[in-house]
Amino acid sequence: MEAFITHTGTAIPLRRSNVDTDQIIPAEYLKRITRDGFEDGLFSSWRKDPDFVLNKEHHAGASILIAGPDFGTGSSREHAVWALQNYGFKVVLSSRFADIFRGNSGKGGLLTAQVAQDVIESLWEAVETDPTVLVTVDLESRTVSAGSITAEFEVDDYVRWRLMEGLDDIGITLQYGDEITAFEAARPSYKPVAG
Amino acid sequence: MGRTLAEKVWEDHIVRSAEGEPDLLYIDLHLVHEVTSPQAFDGLRVTGRPLRRPDLTVATEDHNIPTIDIDKPIVDPVSRAQVEALRNNCAEFGVPLYSLGDIEQGIVHVVGPQMGLTQPGMTVVCGDSHTSTHGAFGALAFGIGTSEVEHVLATQTLPLKPFKTMAITVDGELAEGVSAKDIILAVIAQIGTGGGQGYVLEYRGSAIRALSMEGRMTICNMSIEAGARAGMVAPDQITFDYLKGRAKAPSGADWDAALDYWSTLVTDEDATFDAEVVIDAASLAPFVTWGTNPGQGLPLSGSVPSPDQARDEVERVAIERALEYMDLTPGMPLREIPIDTVFVGSCTNGRIEDLRIVAEVLRGRTIAPGMRMLVVPGSVRVRLQAESEGLDEVFTAAGAEWRGAGCSMCLAMNPDKLAPGERSASTSNRNFEGRQGPGGRTHLVSPAVAAATAVRGRLSSPADIPAVA
Repeated sequence: MEAFITHTGTAIPLRRSNVDTDQIIPAEYLKRITRDGFEDGLFSSWRKDPDFVLNKEHHAGASILIAGPDFGTGSSREHAVWALQNYGFKVVLSSRFADIFRGNSGKGGLLTAQVAQDVIESLWEAVETDPTVLVTVDLESRTVSAGSITAEFEVDDYVRWRLMEGLDDIGITLQYGDEITAFEAARPSYKPVAG
Repeated sequence: MGRTLAEKVWEDHIVRSAEGEPDLLYIDLHLVHEVTSPQAFDGLRVTGRPLRRPDLTVATEDHNIPTIDIDKPIVDPVSRAQVEALRNNCAEFGVPLYSLGDIEQGIVHVVGPQMGLTQPGMTVVCGDSHTSTHGAFGALAFGIGTSEVEHVLATQTLPLKPFKTMAITVDGELAEGVSAKDIILAVIAQIGTGGGQGYVLEYRGSAIRALSMEGRMTICNMSIEAGARAGMVAPDQITFDYLKGRAKAPSGADWDAALDYWSTLVTDEDATFDAEVVIDAASLAPFVTWGTNPGQGLPLSGSVPSPDQARDEVERVAIERALEYMDLTPGMPLREIPIDTVFVGSCTNGRIEDLRIVAEVLRGRTIAPGMRMLVVPGSVRVRLQAESEGLDEVFTAAGAEWRGAGCSMCLAMNPDKLAPGERSASTSNRNFEGRQGPGGRTHLVSPAVAAATAVRGRLSSPADIPAVA
């Protein structure tokens, strides 16, 4: 995984709450067996509306999504993270993320930066006033800044460390193979086996 | 200090714990299906890592398969390729698989419990958010993403930060016609779709204790719709009776040893929860959703809300948007909402008990003119059980379609879908925009309300339809 230290880019204001993973990527797109090429499914239903914010030409090339509360609710589909990344997003800002979506994002290298709703409102206004305003999300200092706005964001310490190092979780866990083997040796015989 | 049920199960699975790091938890059972696993198996191949415990892994086909003509090749080539990928991956890595046509095939969260694979005190994961279902047995069960699926395949563990705990206490007796589904819809409406975020919910109280395993599964299943990672019910005699004699349940001396352990899986008297919610069972009524998330629900006797009732600007916008999508007007009685499609099934309400309730309402009645009703069993075994009881004949005599096992119309990634503008009453778990088909509108309901709605053509409870002559 590519290390994430800081990112600067333009942003898209998504003034919606409870953006569930069925909106981020509908189930129809989940039949594919690859990890890429999901950008066409991103918000596919909403993108049919020419007025939808992602369709605005002045927001083309944006890499930061500023969303309402409870972003990523619903299904555990990691395709939601892939779709956002395949489209070009590096960061999502929200005042509250669904747990599984946030976990998936951390695994895939998409930063979910949690800020208070009033910061979201200020960022929405700033970006709507000037879509070219550059937003910087700095993982080292845990700050988001845009124009005159600067705010701290919340991110789990361990996830932050892993993102900054670009580490693969499975590689870390496999270092503890002996501990896993020892645990398995002590498991009770009444635990079921599938096969 | 005492510990909660969730804390006990957590601590019994810690492989490694270190300051400033997540705990490494052992996973007892990994359930796999076709949609969230292909990229994970690919990851193993790319890195040359073996699958650590194929014997603790089990796969089934459920999400994108058809529920009719199951003896024929899957028509959609993309769906077919995904199902074939699962078959190839399971063969390559030695994972037991219940394919379309197998007697054990079905929705992954129906299959695990009915085989006896889901047991108290286990850790259960699956690349599916409704894995919370298995918490009904006192297991710690939660949905994971594909990267975590790969992690479990490779290591049989997951690094996790401890969850907070929330007690949801439902005391008292449910009124006639009020079910587990109504309890959980009311809970979600009360705490919101983010209310359970970061928590494991433990459902407690006399109304929960009185529920069957099927009812408990319905409740735990929808914990994720309140944002919670997991839901749990402490195991008791009802749990043990359900498990005894099932194919994968322990037997002989192992049963006795297991029972000794399972009996310790209760929250200690002096344990404390991080949050508590109390609900009076007697105050509950049949509950339905009117909006586009599972928290937007009301008792069936209510009316479509107005944006003016919102507590803040975010909620006001959410209500406005939901009303527009659902094409509803504030003040309209929920009982007047016309329905053209009824879906009975899913990991929430696709078990035998659910089908019996539906059959009881439909017996001697016919569904409304123009109504399309799908009854989809959660597994092949549920289908066979229903047929042995003659329930299929009740459904078809009433005018409903009786299908094969699968996720079906819950999520619109197989041929069973709503057309744009169609409106369903569905026993499934999500009423998101387009969830059951692009442009489709969904009202979440209990099995009894689904059946009565099919008869009357508008959202209804059994009390709203005339008695059979």
